[in-house]
Amino acid sequence: MAEQHAHAAEHDDHDHKPHGWRRWVYATNHKDIGTMYLIFACTMFFIGGAMAMVIRLELFKPGMQFVDPQFFNSMTTMHALMMIFGAVMPAWTGLANWMIPLQVGAPDMALPRLNNFSFWILPFAFTLLLSSLFVPGGAPAGGWTMYPPLVLQNGASFPMLIFSIHLMGASSILGAINVVVTIMNLRAPGMTLLRMPLFVWTWLITAYLLIAVMPVLAGAVTMLLTDHFFGTTFFTAAGGGDPVMFQHIFWFFGHPEVYILILPAFGIVSEIIPTFSRKPLFGYEAMVYATASIAFLSFIVWAHHMFTVGMPLAAQLFFMLSTMLIAIPTGVKVFNWTTTMFRGSLTFEPPMLFAIAFLFLFSIGGFSGLMLAIVPADYQYQDTYFVVAHFHYVLVPGAIFGIMAGVYYWLPKWVGNMYDQTLAKWHFWLSTIFVNVLFFPQHFLGLAGMPRRIPDYAVQFTDWNMVSSIGGFGFGLAQLLFPYLIWKCVKSGERVVGNKAWEGAHGLEWELPSPAPYHSWGTPPSETMIARGAAH
Amino acid sequence: MIRAKMAQFAKLAAALVLSFAGSLPAHAESGWGLLNMTQGVTEISRKIYDLHMEIFWICVIIAVIVFGAMIWSIVTYRKSKGAVADVTLVHNTKVELIWTTIPVVILVFMAVPAARTLVEIEDTTKTDLSIKVTGFQWGWQYDYLDSGVAYFSRLDRKSDAARELMSGIDPTTVDHYLLSVDKPLVVPVGMKVRLLITGADVIHSWWVPAFGVKKDAIPGFVNEAWFKVDTDKPGLYRGQCAELCGRDHGFMPIVVDVRSKADFEAWLKDKAAEQKQAAAPPAAAPDVATAAAAG
Repeated sequence: MAEQHAHAAEHDDHDHKPHGWRRWVYATNHKDIGTMYLIFACTMFFIGGAMAMVIRLELFKPGMQFVDPQFFNSMTTMHALMMIFGAVMPAWTGLANWMIPLQVGAPDMALPRLNNFSFWILPFAFTLLLSSLFVPGGAPAGGWTMYPPLVLQNGASFPMLIFSIHLMGASSILGAINVVVTIMNLRAPGMTLLRMPLFVWTWLITAYLLIAVMPVLAGAVTMLLTDHFFGTTFFTAAGGGDPVMFQHIFWFFGHPEVYILILPAFGIVSEIIPTFSRKPLFGYEAMVYATASIAFLSFIVWAHHMFTVGMPLAAQLFFMLSTMLIAIPTGVKVFNWTTTMFRGSLTFEPPMLFAIAFLFLFSIGGFSGLMLAIVPADYQYQDTYFVVAHFHYVLVPGAIFGIMAGVYYWLPKWVGNMYDQTLAKWHFWLSTIFVNVLFFPQHFLGLAGMPRRIPDYAVQFTDWNMVSSIGGFGFGLAQLLFPYLIWKCVKSGERVVGNKAWEGAHGLEWELPSPAPYHSWGTPPSETMIARGAAH
Repeated sequence: MIRAKMAQFAKLAAALVLSFAGSLPAHAESGWGLLNMTQGVTEISRKIYDLHMEIFWICVIIAVIVFGAMIWSIVTYRKSKGAVADVTLVHNTKVELIWTTIPVVILVFMAVPAARTLVEIEDTTKTDLSIKVTGFQWGWQYDYLDSGVAYFSRLDRKSDAARELMSGIDPTTVDHYLLSVDKPLVVPVGMKVRLLITGADVIHSWWVPAFGVKKDAIPGFVNEAWFKVDTDKPGLYRGQCAELCGRDHGFMPIVVDVRSKADFEAWLKDKAAEQKQAAAPPAAAPDVATAAAAG
């Protein structure tokens, strides 16, 4: 180990790396792989976003103007798959790749070749999935939840869907294993578990969730595959199977999955708010325990996604109560973030703006989540736009804003240049205003009785759908600023002077020069650095 | 600059909350007024509405307190105003215990009435009338189990024509666009109607918001649900399929025609006679008893 460190240290100064395509195809450097993950995620974000634009365009007014209902269903299905598996999850893995080694004082991810493999699976998985748009019968149209028997009615796209899910799952599991091994084995001496930055903590917990539930999803879709092609009847009542069993298995994966999408955002917000409040995070340990509790609870609440399937009373009561419990650790987190700002010295650079918007808007999603837990009320909310509004509030100004906050926070460290902060503030204000114009009216639509996943609607829903669509177009256009800003930063941003891009920043990544050298922490950070960074 | 922006944000948030709260009296005509759940026409639907409003106001109160604390911190402790960070404020067991305990109390307060209502909803005993509801791609089949009356219910022709891609028909000119059917489900007021809900092909979900009933229609399974419409509330109540069921999922509405008991009995009798007549083989003698035995 020591030998390796010494060897890596020799290369610290002259960034020895392969050039041209080899650097990327044969990549083993965590920074290169992180960059590829992030670029991939951004690409998928725009493809998935384009699908959302088709949805909002068709829903702009009643009547069918642009697409066939079947294609509309493909758009909702593919939008979800692209955003969940293509945009948010790879973006988190990209940030993990870039930041976890820097933050724990490791020279790289523990398993660099596995890292390469887990990334390079993804372009194949998504090429397979996207090419299903062009096969007979069109892309999968049964919803991303793939409920049988409906999903079995997909045409040639069905096996493509199943295999692409298998590939994405494999990629996620490998990435998660890499994160766990890196955090468990490559922390610098002195970086004890309770000194780790919260982004590392939340990712560690996320990685365990991934390893626990992705195989469950793989199992569920494999059963679909054999039901379709090999005459099994896992989910067919006529053969003694149970279509509801699929929903139980799927949501046993699905609920931890939604925390997989949001927990790393909790970590990022827990880093950014102290930095721009110039004050340590309030209740560091409580934050760690709250995250772990949320992860634990995520395994025992799955059936709240399916209260209308006709479960026994006792089961409904259990899932209602366990779901309500989640409000407690989540509340603790929100209170701790608020108290971190309390009596701080606040400034409002772009990462902080995104983190603050996260606090407000994620909380709104949390409130509607609490409402959804109340079973009798859920009977009215289930499968309406109220649910659509709820999960978009936690996923867009939740997970996506978390990713953007992270990128705006660490981009100067990656590139060595500061981005155009005025433009980033424009990006922030346009995103924040439009995201509310887009999703807030959907609460009204749902409560007034508009079901989700419908391509056309009764005329009384027109007004709020128009507002929502305008918000959607505005939000979509505003996102174009994001890659432009990054490109401009890389090309011609102002040089960052010193290690710290932000006055109040703490942590090992800020002990490294900007840009972070191609090989970092060849020599582990000193105890003083670790103590300074972990000034909780 | 930033302060003005924050004020703007606060105003926006306030406007959104106010528009939500201000909506409570229902406006019938314009879509802008459709902001909230309706109370519905059954005791259960009103209980659900009350639960919904209760949890909504609890959320609003918590939001005012928490967002208030956030906004106050953002406004007060800004570096530009010379705020100096209190770096010693990192932990406070007492406060942390308080803000863990209070939510527990609130949750218990919420869970009790919710559980009570749920128990009532799940009580499918002592029903007066049983109707089997079968969802299919894309419509509903209704079987009156006690009288043998059975028929299909689909999207009405006018909506069906208007909803074709680029049909050229303005949906606003169609009466109850996408929410009207050829043959509605007919039920009496004041009777506990039990629905036995199943699916013929894929999963559907039978939802009529005014009754507070949404239950999945699953092939191979029979789900139960019930409703009892207030005696003074006969009329037409509309809903839609709530579970994605394929291409025309958006085009399989539900309409329930709730009539007085006498009207319902008369309708059922007529319908039964009509169906018996139709079921009788054309060559057979008009012997009602034979037809009934065959049926």
